[in-house]
Amino acid sequence: MVFQSLARPTDVKVPSDALMEVEHLTMRFGGLTAIDDLSFTARKKEITAIIGPNGAGKTTVFNCLTGFYKPTVGRLTLVHPQKGIHLLERMEGFRIAQQANVARTFQNIRLFPQMTVLENLIVAQHNALMKASAFSLAGLTFLPRYSSAEKEAVELAKYWLNKVGLYDRADWEAGNLPYGDQRRLEICRAMCIRPVLLCLDEPAAGLNPRESLQLNDLLLGIRESEGVGILLIEHDMSVVMEISDHIVVLDHGRKISDGTPEFVRNDPTVIKAYLGEEEDEELPTEVAQDLAGGAA
Amino acid sequence: MAYFLQQLINGLTLGSIYGLIAIGYTMVYGIIGMINFAHGEIYMIGAFISVITFLVLGELGISYIPLALVVVLLCTMVLTGVWGWTVERIAYRPLRGSFRLAPLISAIGMSIALQNGVQVSQGARVKPIQPIIQGGLTLFHQGDFDVVVSYLQIFILVLTVALMIGFTWLITRTSLGRQQRACEQDRTMAGLVGVNVDRTISMTFVMGAVLASVAGLMVTLQYGVIDFYIGFLAGMKAFTAAVLGGIGSLPGAMLGGLLIGLIESFWSAYFTIEYKDVATFGILVLVLIFRPTGLLGKPEVEKV
Repeated sequence: MVFQSLARPTDVKVPSDALMEVEHLTMRFGGLTAIDDLSFTARKKEITAIIGPNGAGKTTVFNCLTGFYKPTVGRLTLVHPQKGIHLLERMEGFRIAQQANVARTFQNIRLFPQMTVLENLIVAQHNALMKASAFSLAGLTFLPRYSSAEKEAVELAKYWLNKVGLYDRADWEAGNLPYGDQRRLEICRAMCIRPVLLCLDEPAAGLNPRESLQLNDLLLGIRESEGVGILLIEHDMSVVMEISDHIVVLDHGRKISDGTPEFVRNDPTVIKAYLGEEEDEELPTEVAQDLAGGAA
Repeated sequence: MAYFLQQLINGLTLGSIYGLIAIGYTMVYGIIGMINFAHGEIYMIGAFISVITFLVLGELGISYIPLALVVVLLCTMVLTGVWGWTVERIAYRPLRGSFRLAPLISAIGMSIALQNGVQVSQGARVKPIQPIIQGGLTLFHQGDFDVVVSYLQIFILVLTVALMIGFTWLITRTSLGRQQRACEQDRTMAGLVGVNVDRTISMTFVMGAVLASVAGLMVTLQYGVIDFYIGFLAGMKAFTAAVLGGIGSLPGAMLGGLLIGLIESFWSAYFTIEYKDVATFGILVLVLIFRPTGLLGKPEVEKV
């Protein structure tokens, strides 16, 4: 495929510690510019958080990264530690997961609700299984190669289920799990792709404080022991400030700040974006008079 | 009693054929939410390929029937599978992501094109074939009435059961089946975990076509004559079967097929044979009024 070779050039320069290099990303929907000339770098073995007020374009960034949208302008370079450089904006959606190993979760959970917990995790590993079963035709003949690949897939699934404490519920239908468990299962499923970059869209949404803490530990664990880079969209600042190595702040599709949690927290432009400018609080004099007149 | 039993056997045989076709409708509906109106034509093509293969084997002088049957079965399945893949590739895939009615119209067009294509290339006259499997077992006598199950009926029933077992296993246990279920439940998400959605949809069409082609072979053996128009009525009835069982549900399609077969044969036996299609489609109307989701279908939950 022509696409394939275009998507994996050899002459692209990126910083040596970069995992995901976003350059001049712009996404327009008709007249609306959802993302405007956004550039940032997510580094290896780091948790990079993307924050910003509602409608800042955070999820759109994810949608561009995972092939949902084709960016209007911009380059998205993923440096895969084993497989080299991938230009995500040139890849078909499913190949981004299959070849570049970028995984993602959703703000509103999207499991396969009528499959069991275990099956959800095995579907995510189907590439190895498909290869082992010669695209499922040989799966019919009980090849030893296929059954060993299947065993391996189940092992990986078990590993992650144990890690998040869902092992006992492996045979439940995924749609019947409690909310918090569904969130964790979605992260497990993403990890079963064996990603190099994990994109999490508000993983703490709807979790109680205790579950939030557990999530922090899980994400830190993924960063430490699996060496996976994490890109995180989150509104819960207790999560963001606690675990991020690096924060990118968006407002109206533009990057307004970029740095360590400490730096971002004290950045006046960030405070302004979240709380508004003080001048805005004052009403124009005419309006104030109108209001006063109406009251009288 | 004997008469009833005989009709039961006939109905189950007929129902197996409808059920096999119905599975193609229900699978395609499950995965892309579209009624593949060209599916009846795929079944007709399966029947034609089986007749042609029988004739070729006859020319080659292969007269050992079990061998001939296996060869014909395999040839029919493979070639019709290719037809199913091609139809999806040229008529539906380019329209994916287009508005909802586009693939439906394309399906109707494909159906007309295939029908006329076969009419032009094979001629409009019926194609007869000499009986391949003859004889049968007499189960018991009652007065002067024999209850007979022919070897052909046994062949059809056994083959259907075998296909159903294999098929269920494929859907529930293999990687391909898992991908199909994943695509059915959430196509975008399946893409995001790296499932090649287009290929999975193609495979669904191929599987539907393979099952329909076996039905085509069965009809060829059962009735001995086929023509280019058989796909229309059989397709409509199989579609009815899929709706009756609950479209999207695989066991439902088989159950619907069996029910339609039984209704048809009992109606013909006890009432008038001319009105058997009226009875079948009348049942469809009743089901749609009183149980729109079909017998085994799940009601669609509106998400808020």
